[in-house]
Amino acid sequence: MDSAAPAAFAPAGALVLAAYGVLLLPLLSFLINGLWLGRKSARASGWTAAMLMGGTLFLAIVLALGYRAQVLGRPELQGQTALAFDHIWLAFGPGSALAAKFGFLLDPISVMMVLVVACISFLVHVYSIAYMQGDAGAGRFFPTLSFFTFAMLGLVASSNILETFFFWELVGVSSYLLIGFWYQKPSAVAASKKAFIMTRFADAFFLIGALLAGLHANGFDFVVLNSPGAAAALDHNFALGLGSVNLLALGTLLIYTGAWGKSAMFPLHGWLPDAMEGPTPVSSLIHSATMVVAGVYLTARLFPLFSAAGPTLGVVEITGGFTAIFAAVIACTQTDLKRILAFSTLSQLGLMMASLGAGAPADAGAGHVLPSVLAYSASMFHVFTHAFFKCLLFLSAGVVIHAIHSNDIRDAGGLRKVLPFTYGATLIAVLAIAGIPPFSGFFSKDEILLAAFQNGHYGAFAATLITGGLTAFYMTRYFLLAFHGTPGSAHHADAADASHGHAEPHEAWLMVLPILVLAVPSALIGWLAKDFFLANVVPGALAVLHEGEAIGSSAHEGGIAWLPYAASGVAAAGMILGWLLYGGKGRKVGYPEGKTPAWYRLIYNKFYIDDLYVFLARKAVNRGVAAPAQWAERKLINGSFDIAAAVLKRLASLQSRFQNGQVQRYIGVALLGLIILYYVGRTIR
Amino acid sequence: MDASGSFGSVLLTLTWALPLASALVLMAIPAANLILVRRFTLAMNGLVLVLVGFLLAVFALHPPTAPDGSGVTALAFAADSPWFPSLHIRYHIGVDAISMTLMFLAAVIVFTGTLASWNIEADQHGPKGSGGKAKEFFILLQLLAAGVFGSFISFDLFTFFVFNELTLIPTYLLIGLFGSGRKSYAAMKLNLMLMGGSALILVGIFGLYFQSGIHSFDILQLSQVRFDAQFQRWAFPALFLGFGILGNMFPFHIWSPDGHASAPTAISMLLAGVHMKLGSYGCLRIAMYLLPEGAREWMDVFLVLAAAGTIWGAFVAAKQKDLKYLNAYASVSHCGLVFLGLAVFTTIGLRGAVLQMLAHGFITAAMFCLIGMIYARTHTRQIPDMGGLMAKMPFLGVGFVLAGFAALGLPGMAGFMAELNIFLGGFASERVLPRMLTAASLASIIVAAVYVLRATNSILNGPARSGNEHLSDATFLEKVPVALLLLCILAIGLYPGPLVSLVDGALQPILNNLNR
Repeated sequence: MDSAAPAAFAPAGALVLAAYGVLLLPLLSFLINGLWLGRKSARASGWTAAMLMGGTLFLAIVLALGYRAQVLGRPELQGQTALAFDHIWLAFGPGSALAAKFGFLLDPISVMMVLVVACISFLVHVYSIAYMQGDAGAGRFFPTLSFFTFAMLGLVASSNILETFFFWELVGVSSYLLIGFWYQKPSAVAASKKAFIMTRFADAFFLIGALLAGLHANGFDFVVLNSPGAAAALDHNFALGLGSVNLLALGTLLIYTGAWGKSAMFPLHGWLPDAMEGPTPVSSLIHSATMVVAGVYLTARLFPLFSAAGPTLGVVEITGGFTAIFAAVIACTQTDLKRILAFSTLSQLGLMMASLGAGAPADAGAGHVLPSVLAYSASMFHVFTHAFFKCLLFLSAGVVIHAIHSNDIRDAGGLRKVLPFTYGATLIAVLAIAGIPPFSGFFSKDEILLAAFQNGHYGAFAATLITGGLTAFYMTRYFLLAFHGTPGSAHHADAADASHGHAEPHEAWLMVLPILVLAVPSALIGWLAKDFFLANVVPGALAVLHEGEAIGSSAHEGGIAWLPYAASGVAAAGMILGWLLYGGKGRKVGYPEGKTPAWYRLIYNKFYIDDLYVFLARKAVNRGVAAPAQWAERKLINGSFDIAAAVLKRLASLQSRFQNGQVQRYIGVALLGLIILYYVGRTIR
Repeated sequence: MDASGSFGSVLLTLTWALPLASALVLMAIPAANLILVRRFTLAMNGLVLVLVGFLLAVFALHPPTAPDGSGVTALAFAADSPWFPSLHIRYHIGVDAISMTLMFLAAVIVFTGTLASWNIEADQHGPKGSGGKAKEFFILLQLLAAGVFGSFISFDLFTFFVFNELTLIPTYLLIGLFGSGRKSYAAMKLNLMLMGGSALILVGIFGLYFQSGIHSFDILQLSQVRFDAQFQRWAFPALFLGFGILGNMFPFHIWSPDGHASAPTAISMLLAGVHMKLGSYGCLRIAMYLLPEGAREWMDVFLVLAAAGTIWGAFVAAKQKDLKYLNAYASVSHCGLVFLGLAVFTTIGLRGAVLQMLAHGFITAAMFCLIGMIYARTHTRQIPDMGGLMAKMPFLGVGFVLAGFAALGLPGMAGFMAELNIFLGGFASERVLPRMLTAASLASIIVAAVYVLRATNSILNGPARSGNEHLSDATFLEKVPVALLLLCILAIGLYPGPLVSLVDGALQPILNNLNR
């Protein structure tokens, strides 16, 4: 259809079937549990959902192996794209090739993400069977969780940007429903609304950008948008408002705004910490491992287009780098178990974004320099490793919360003896996220540093390094406060809460099992997968998008000898500082009450950004726009009708002396009509 | 097609004749026999729904096709016979895809509205109750339905006008007699505004008749006349504005919020879901189709009004405390999008406008239906006075959430699909103004999330209120209309292909005229 699109190769039939199945099984789970089983038995619903997710995972593995067998090692296929299917959902009229499609794109990063989403989702489903046991709403939990999985898989497999937007909104709505899962709790309800509206705000810009890009590139398909022809077609001045700007820059920035909201980059980050009001499995699946990386994924998906646009990757880099440090600083002071992890997620998402931004050629503008593959690979690799260890951290936090019936880290402490498996697994994840070799996070963070340094993006490099130190610090704090030291205040005190059936804090095997499973990749996947990942998976993806054009230096060979030492040195320093402050006998969560210095309170209160939102929403928009509109609507627009009606009534009552009728107002109108008719008749003549 | 043509036209006539006849039969049924009154009305409206569904199925299988490049709309189930030969008034009926699908919308809403009015008798108790008037309610409902169906099938301007006027009187009485709140003010305001619009339409219609040089009211014949530019310059705004008032165009929408708020549930559903669509349908079918040069000249004015209404309605909706007012202003916003689609003057935009008529019809009907059912239980429509309803009425709660998602344009629902076309159509314009106003109108989808979530969160979520204990969930008879409307919303939203290609076919002659 479009000559710019690379030739497709036909995926094997089994691959196509697996692709359909990967989407259908979660949908089936949603329908079965949502329409029927969820109302009958929450437990049966949970098991059914988990089994269907197991099937999804199996199919995702089939998909990945099948794809690998078909593509890898065959260089002639590397420059080509494969579509498992690509149905036209809505064609935009005759005489136009534009269409919104429902497709399934097979390329290394989509296959990787399908695998990650299916794997994490399966484990979280299993975990939730135990976690949600006894909750009155468990019956509606599983269908919603399965629906999310369906939408997320659809998102990562999208073949075109409108399909991405379609599923983008669906993951948003399932996130809304799950944050507000405990709908009788006002804070949860408020958080769900905030999440939806903030991301929706960003999505409106995303939609404008997607529509403009698709219209001018003559196709919404990613293969079209990422082709050099599309960038050339978009690269002209375009007027959307009073002035005209470069459409390529405008379109990509608008699309990036959507990613900005979904991946919660500063200043649109406020919804993510609040989203922790949802049940912990939800935080684990949606708000750390999968949905929030959708923005990073979208940016990566359109990386060739973004890198062709002048300022866009620079914006990506700055927002990412800033968010990474900003959120890490806040994480150092928080006292809510899940919020610490949420700010950690924000910070890690910032790193992924910054890495993509660092892929921009350093001498942007001076001639066509191809973007760095390594930066792109490093970002995707970090998405990959982060999913496992962050999911683990949240699931283990859930075990802690279950055990102490509190989200507050001050209520935790000394849990290492009560929750030994959770303790061990958390330790692995903490080492992974802190970037201590040989755990997984070390490898992906090392790649980010290397890419930024090699590309001459010293800002992103410094941000990553600083964030690494901060991360090691606050994760050590988190770990020590939760598992070491003496038991916290609420600990064990109300553990005999019989309504939950937990007489003693303990580890339910259904909850521990997923955590232990996740500990394996958290520890090893960086070391195991790095070479495979960098050599095959990600450059392949870029090659697909670039028609096999050999780009940049795909090799990371050589590297920089001192870099790993610097990175792990900073991490170790952070951990030691954390141990010095929070280890040992004293249990000091923050500054003692009353004596906190202003700078600490500023950080603790998240730099008062939330208050800024409240000001903007309540004062600026509500009182500044909506309230005057409402006033004008009642007083001016409707008021003028009332005045006109009163005048008419007065006139009619004068006339009614002759008529003695009851229908004054009709007559007034009829009269008006006659007058109009008269003048119209004259005009015609 | 020829064989089914004459038979089809008889069936098409039945769509307005059956409701009219049933109104007459209802008059003969004793008012005390409420059960018979309700069942008979439901049976008749069910029959009409089946009939229209059958016609739609036949239509979809064999859509009539106009010759390429022609500006003549090809009609299915057409009939054309003289009515008042001396005045050149004919009974010319038929449907194209636009009117056929709108007929289906109307049939669904009349049927579901009947079910939603099942307890109209009980709902009328009160200090000034009109108990015992349920029979009159259903009679007037049937008259309203007859007027609506008749309008959509008429291809003679005069017949169209007569059917259209037929809808006004029952509407006035239904609100005035069976409404709530400031019902007489609302009924009067509604009728004055709509009659003002009718006056403009009538002027336009007579202008068309005399200026055409062929002394004809026939839309298809008139579509081949090239009206003089000077005439188009004043006739187009008269017609577009006249229909625009009925179609809820800002700032002439003022009849609708008060009207909806006072009207009984079924009448709100019909008014917003179907009656308003007569207005936007008239804008497209009569004003734009017959007077394309005038349209081109005036479109920027209406473009500004459309975008203003889209944004205005959304912001004002966000301030409402009364659920019905909220949905009424949401309708102002969504109808603004219909006009935006028309006024951006692109192929995709026009298609989006037609799809939005359907989408908004189903969505707003579902909203009003659910609001009515919730009101019947809580006896309040004030958002701050409700809370925690989800626990007591899960079916209505989930239904309300789904309808709300549809209203805020969630993908997979009808509204998103229509809005996607409108926005794409707007950006596809070669001119800056439509693109700029389309981008500005996208603000409405953000504000829509605010007003929808504000309402759903406040009334459904949160801790249970005292006084909620006795509340019950929907009965089977209440579940049927909600489920049916949501099913339509999902069907259009998930699988729009067939509908869209039908609509594209019907738009072709109009586009040919607009581009000539």
